[in-house]
Amino acid sequence: MEVSKELILNALWETLYMVSVSLFFGGIIGIFLGVLLVVTRKGHILENRLIYSSVNPIVNIFRSIPFIILLVAIIPFTRLIVGTSIGTTAAIVPLVLHIGPYFSRLVENSLLEVDEGIIEAAKAMGATPLQIIYRFLMPEAFSSLILSLTTVTIGLIGATAMAGAIGGGGLGDVAITYGYQRFSSITILVTVVILVILVQAIQEIGNRLERKARRI
Amino acid sequence: MIEFRQVSKVFDSGGKKVEALKNIQLSVNKGDIFGVIGFSGAGKSTLIRTVNLLEYPTSGEVIVKGKNLAKLSHNEIREAKKDIGMIFQHFNLINSRNVFHNVAMPLLLSGYNKKAVEDQVYETLRFVGLEEKANNYPDQLSGGQKQRVGIARALVTNPSILLCDEATSALDPETTKSILNLLKRINEEYNITILIITHEMEVIKEICNRVGVMEDGQIIETGSVYEVFAHPKTATTRNFVKSVIRDEVPQSVYQLLKEKDHFSRIFKIEFFGADSGQPIVSKTAKIYNVEINVLFGNITELQGIPFGNLVVELIGDNYEIERAIEYIISQEIEVKEVIEDGSEQRIDIERVVGNALHG
Ligand SMILES: Nc1ncnc2c1ncn2[C@@H]1O[C@H](COP(=O)(O)OP(=O)(O)O)[C@@H](O)[C@H]1O
Ligand SMILES: [Mg+2]
Repeated sequence: MEVSKELILNALWETLYMVSVSLFFGGIIGIFLGVLLVVTRKGHILENRLIYSSVNPIVNIFRSIPFIILLVAIIPFTRLIVGTSIGTTAAIVPLVLHIGPYFSRLVENSLLEVDEGIIEAAKAMGATPLQIIYRFLMPEAFSSLILSLTTVTIGLIGATAMAGAIGGGGLGDVAITYGYQRFSSITILVTVVILVILVQAIQEIGNRLERKARRI
Repeated sequence: MIEFRQVSKVFDSGGKKVEALKNIQLSVNKGDIFGVIGFSGAGKSTLIRTVNLLEYPTSGEVIVKGKNLAKLSHNEIREAKKDIGMIFQHFNLINSRNVFHNVAMPLLLSGYNKKAVEDQVYETLRFVGLEEKANNYPDQLSGGQKQRVGIARALVTNPSILLCDEATSALDPETTKSILNLLKRINEEYNITILIITHEMEVIKEICNRVGVMEDGQIIETGSVYEVFAHPKTATTRNFVKSVIRDEVPQSVYQLLKEKDHFSRIFKIEFFGADSGQPIVSKTAKIYNVEINVLFGNITELQGIPFGNLVVELIGDNYEIERAIEYIISQEIEVKEVIEDGSEQRIDIERVVGNALHG
């Protein structure tokens, strides 16, 4: 059986579309929740028990639901947001809900690694909590955040393969429907090779950007 | 300038209460370089951090330029902090930003843009001697240079108070000296009041005019550096003074006491001030019929005034020696006799000669 170039290219496009859009929204949610998890914890600049003790378990819950289950479980919610529960765009909703909380934990870790002395210095200068976040914490954690974002992007590529379950399309979906169900080994091979190249490329770009951020 | 009124601070860490400050009563005057010295855990950092409210006192008040900052609104506190610079043991620079950006930061926080603050930042960098490092990043600088950046950052808002938390403790002795000199210049040229905390007596000796000794959350002794060095009242303070001015009698002196075959007595005279020391030795030798050998001496300068001790041997007949010593004591100089103890020679045995003579 032939591999259709058009099919592959279309699937690649769908994958990139799902990854980039959910990375955008997931990234915003992840950074927001990650910052919240850091600054509202005990002893931090915006200590708030109520917020911390509600956000923390919510993130945990989303982190513990396997993506394939999340995908199906939130179908009504997906329909509410994008008007449909099947297709590439519909897949973005569960992808965002999957990756946002995951990213927030990585953001949390990166921000916690920032030397406490820097926050001290910021406070001594009379910085507001918001200024501490975007003028001190974020720049200091920047290179580490790039690596986290790289990890998250690669995780998203894996997750999009399952989006086929709700007709999301993409490379993973092609590999399953054409390769597994129609016994086309060559299709599996081609999609896998493309996925490997994609992941390698993203990791490489991530590493380079991180090194650049650290000025090495 | 800064007044601590009955300041206490209790930390509650995991149900265990730690009293880091106990009823601190202390005032730092305008123009002072006030040093607080104490061992690790004494509460020094907690004390200095109450000045700019990095730590709120549990009770009591800290009055800075007539105001109790803890009573102000958040905005007023932030304004007040611009008048209080702070530098740290580990510099606490933003590693992802260059020197210029680090120094500009306090101004950027006030809403100025980088262009507007350029002159001020460069002027401050020039003052600390780092003008040509403006585009370098902290990890490209030595410890001393990093602290200079920290100092520039603290000065860029033209504060009237500078707080230094162990500012030289991470630096080698040479760099420490140059940073201390810089702090002194800041005090003199900008008339900035400096509160410095440290566990190194060297720092106090080099630049402070007044000192407080801290132990277990309390100020156990305070006064002018000269006073405290000359007449330490507590064992802790004496130990700190000893760390910069040796005052034990060297073993060789005891050896001499044991082995000499002529009659003589050995004394340690402690002198403070320009009129004592060497002049008193030669004067005494002139007036009385004694020969005076200086065996050992330890002299340093505190704010330009000589300070230290001499171990001298007085040779002559006992009557003349006693008269000579009485004369020295009458000049308000402390004298102790070094005597030999057959059983335990390593331990210094000193007694005040006055007691020996009249007691
Ligand atoms: N945030 C804190 N929480 C609990 N205990 C603290 C805290 N900060 C300081 N302490 C305790 O207060 C005491 C004094 O600490 P500190 O002021 O740092 O001393 P120093 O600077 O003289 O070494 C120590 O016993 C220390 O463990
Ligand atoms: Mg300390």
